[in-house]
Amino acid sequence: MPTLETTFAGIKCINPFWLASAPPTNCGEQIMRAFDAGWGGAVWKTIGAPITNVSSRYSSIDWNGQKMMGFNNIELISDRPTEVNLREIAEVKRRYPKNTVIASLMVESKRETWHDIVQRAEDAGADGLELNFGCPHGMSERGMGAAVGQVPEYCEQITGWVKEKARTPVIVKLTPNISDIRIPARAAKRAGADALSAINTINSITGIDLDTLEPRPMVDGKSSHGGYCGPAVKPIALNMVQQVMSDPNAALPMSGIGGIGSWQDAAEFILLGSGTVQVCTAAMHYGYRIVEDMADGLLAWMRRKGYETLDDFRGHSLPNMREWKNLNLNYKVVAHIHESKCIGCDLCYTACWDGAHQCIHLDRTLPAPNHFRTPDMVAAESRSRISTTPIPKLDLDGAGADGPYRTPLSRIPRVDEEECVGCNLCSLVCPVPECITMERIDTGLAPETWEERVAAGIVPQGVGHAGNPNL
Amino acid sequence: MSEQTNFQAQSPGSAEIAARFPDLHPAFDKTAAVTEANRCLYCFDAPCTSACPTHIDVPRFIKKIASDNLEGSAKTILDANILGASCSRACPVEVLCEGACVMHRYNKQPIEIARLQRFAMDALHESGAPLPFSPGKDTGKSVALIGGGPASLACAAELRRRGIRAEIFDARPLPGGLNTYGIAEYKLPLAESLREIDLISQLGVEFHFNTTVDAAQLAALEASHDAVFLGMGLGAIHKLGIAGEEMQGVTNALDYIAGYKSGEITTAPQRVAVIGAGNTAIDAANAAVRLGAQEVHMVYRRGPEQMSAFAFEYEHAKQEGVKFLWHVKPTGLKGAGKVEALELAKLETTSDGSLVPQAGGEFSLPVDLIVLAIGQATHTDFLAGLDSQPSKVKLERGRILVDRATGQTSNPKYFAGGDCTNGGREVVDAVADGKRAGIGIAAWLEVK
Ligand SMILES: Cc1cc2nc3c(=O)[nH]c(=O)nc-3n(C[C@H](O)[C@H](O)[C@H](O)COP(=O)(O)OP(=O)(O)OC[C@H]3O[C@@H](n4cnc5c(N)ncnc54)[C@H](O)[C@@H]3O)c2cc1C
Ligand SMILES: Cc1cc2nc3c(=O)[nH]c(=O)nc-3n(C[C@H](O)[C@H](O)[C@H](O)COP(=O)(O)O)c2cc1C
Ligand code: SF4
Ligand code: SF4
Ligand code: SF4
Repeated sequence: MPTLETTFAGIKCINPFWLASAPPTNCGEQIMRAFDAGWGGAVWKTIGAPITNVSSRYSSIDWNGQKMMGFNNIELISDRPTEVNLREIAEVKRRYPKNTVIASLMVESKRETWHDIVQRAEDAGADGLELNFGCPHGMSERGMGAAVGQVPEYCEQITGWVKEKARTPVIVKLTPNISDIRIPARAAKRAGADALSAINTINSITGIDLDTLEPRPMVDGKSSHGGYCGPAVKPIALNMVQQVMSDPNAALPMSGIGGIGSWQDAAEFILLGSGTVQVCTAAMHYGYRIVEDMADGLLAWMRRKGYETLDDFRGHSLPNMREWKNLNLNYKVVAHIHESKCIGCDLCYTACWDGAHQCIHLDRTLPAPNHFRTPDMVAAESRSRISTTPIPKLDLDGAGADGPYRTPLSRIPRVDEEECVGCNLCSLVCPVPECITMERIDTGLAPETWEERVAAGIVPQGVGHAGNPNL
Repeated sequence: MSEQTNFQAQSPGSAEIAARFPDLHPAFDKTAAVTEANRCLYCFDAPCTSACPTHIDVPRFIKKIASDNLEGSAKTILDANILGASCSRACPVEVLCEGACVMHRYNKQPIEIARLQRFAMDALHESGAPLPFSPGKDTGKSVALIGGGPASLACAAELRRRGIRAEIFDARPLPGGLNTYGIAEYKLPLAESLREIDLISQLGVEFHFNTTVDAAQLAALEASHDAVFLGMGLGAIHKLGIAGEEMQGVTNALDYIAGYKSGEITTAPQRVAVIGAGNTAIDAANAAVRLGAQEVHMVYRRGPEQMSAFAFEYEHAKQEGVKFLWHVKPTGLKGAGKVEALELAKLETTSDGSLVPQAGGEFSLPVDLIVLAIGQATHTDFLAGLDSQPSKVKLERGRILVDRATGQTSNPKYFAGGDCTNGGREVVDAVADGKRAGIGIAAWLEVK
């Protein structure tokens, strides 16, 4: 029987599912309901300097009828007095001793102020501390949040102050609003941080009201850039987690954050090295109850894969991430259409012609393959065909498909495998699962990478700017 | 030239009829429309578009609903089909666009194309915006159009957009032909048909009502115009050919349907028999049910497999409570002054496939009203030339022969489309015919 229990930076966790520091962790009453629903831990809504919030605060991107594909906020840290938050931490820990409570902290950049808040949070019973160096708006203008996270020296200095005082594990929460997330991560590690969490929200403008010309969210006719999160940011978050976890000078126990809402999302973050995962938007959208399937689904997957603990697969996809120059240039796949699954939407056809390499053709019912018939010619032919309403008995009898498949042969595209570059586009646009598969073609060539070609002198070495740290 | 018409205001509608014939397919609200629009895959060279006789670019207008560009959506529809609103309600979409939707092969419900089309058209009508097209620069040419049904309206719109004068002559007091007087009211209310024609008339189409064109007038019109378009549809319903047909209580489906649609008939007697099993017969039978008849029978000499009505229309009639008498044939009418019973004979099929009366299979069905719906005749007599001249155009079994791509008849100055050429199909077929003919006439006038 697999288990979700795990240890994160020395903290014993009943499962890896934590609520991220955000409105779902605003107060003790909420967090206790969340624990009842199955969340293993909660990072308290960031505690610190007093603030005033604006209204409204949120905006979102809907996509093709799906609500909140991306979510944006201009809210600040907790608007409740620190004493109240700390008193409630104590109460939650007393009533839920097995669940993890992390205090998220953000105070002004003074050594004594940080010492004081660390002491009080730990006295209240927090299992660990998360330093919020990521909030992209409002707090950064007062020298906190992202203003710290974006400057590696500040990040290192404050982490150092906290470590002087802390008795519990210290997690540094990284901002994605920086060109190389490994730089602040390395700074935190140098200062002795016990763990990292990533990512916080991404600077964004979600949209503009086209009647009033006011960007959203609107505050008295004006707006301000916000922090973007939700499903849209997951790929960015995964990349940043991988970058940090593949860097020996940065890697630490990682709490993965960004767009997580399902067990699959959680598994992916763990496969790239995360020890726990944090969730905000999905819980704001659907409520705490989503954690049940996250746990249930992850356990079922672990059972299918034969994993007993999270450690059995944590980080297992990291070795499969390479720099581009180390990929095999002699590996080749081509698209294959499974005719019996095809519904004849011809989206792959238009995609390959306009967005790829013009190697999908609608010529199965022509006397010979025809690579010169463009989409415009195909459409014009159809438009010029006269069609009438069929009369039952008279016209409908015998009207059937022009081939052996349920879709007329004339509408099932054909891939020219000689020309196909194996880009994947058609298989991505096809609405039918497993209808277009990418099939391996044996090139008969041994694996060879760009780096090997450079080493062998087949291709010239690139010339970079002197001292570019990215090379 | 484009004087403002208001046909809709002349609609003789009745509140009682409106209450008895509510929408069969209610309109979408905005959220539902956008959700449905987003379900469309946006197929390339979409099969739904190919299946539509007017080739409306379906995915294009649907995506414009999803993007909240309703003006653009309505324009996309009207550009291909000037009766886009009527068609969205009247079309038998199960055998047209929705029947061709790829979703059928995906184990999913087809996209509700017609309801989306209606949504876009309703939005245009409600906005009060004008037709999004203007008349072309005057060419000095003119065309006379015989009949003011869908075929002529579509032809006239194409002509006006190309700067050609379009004069419509119709026997009835209001335009639209069967689109106005024939389509079941729960699909397309009479007033809605007129509302759409008010938009078309903004192009400067000229109308002459209560004018039945005869051979003499046709000759005059031919002389005074550069071309003639024949869009006079089909004629009266066939007679049974048995004694007593002139009796009170015997009517035909066209008069019956036009009667209730214009509010002249608002109730039905207890027992009604409809003779025939086509779409028109079904419309008449359903109307009798909704007008309050207790018992409505459809009488057909063959079985359900051979009926010419669409399968979904048959299902609809069953749901309305219509009963069916298969394999029977009317042999006589009984009644003193007013019909009281229909004499019927059961039929059987002989080895050579012909239908013969079954021995001892005679019975009588008590009825208060009999509605004949056994097909429409053609009415092309006025095309026979004056003074024993040959017919103006070549006919085949009463239908006008045309080149399908241009609508041109055997007589180059004459074009034709709609029911009078195809023997009776659907509104959308008439619109497609009229559109092709309008383009065909303009092309012919240019090279002439
Ligand atoms: C009862 C019934 C229900 C139907 N239901 C549907 C439906 O639900 N959906 C659908 O798509 N289709 C339906 N149809 C079919 C559809 O109405 C026709 O296919 C369409 O209206 C044909 O258009 P048209 O322009 O060819 O002819 P019509 O609509 O018949 O118009 C012809 C016009 O010409 C006029 N005219 C005729 N002779 C002369 C003359 N000599 N001089 C002047 N004017 C003349 C007539 O008064 C008429 O107004 C139905 C038909 C019937 C009979
Ligand atoms: C409304 C809102 C308020 C937030 N407030 C805080 C905060 O006070 N402290 C903090 O560290 N992160 C804060 N965050 C960031 C979240 O903790 C989390 O890092 C981010 O939302 C990404 O996760 P998600 O994609 O699951 O939402 C906030 C996010 C949101 C949406
Ligand atoms: S993989 Fe790319 S190039 Fe090959 S057929 Fe598909 S879209 Fe075209
Ligand atoms: S995208 Fe898929 S379903 Fe559509 S035509 Fe191509 S192979 Fe067929
Ligand atoms: S066939 Fe169906 S899914 Fe494809 S474009 Fe038409 S309505 Fe949309």
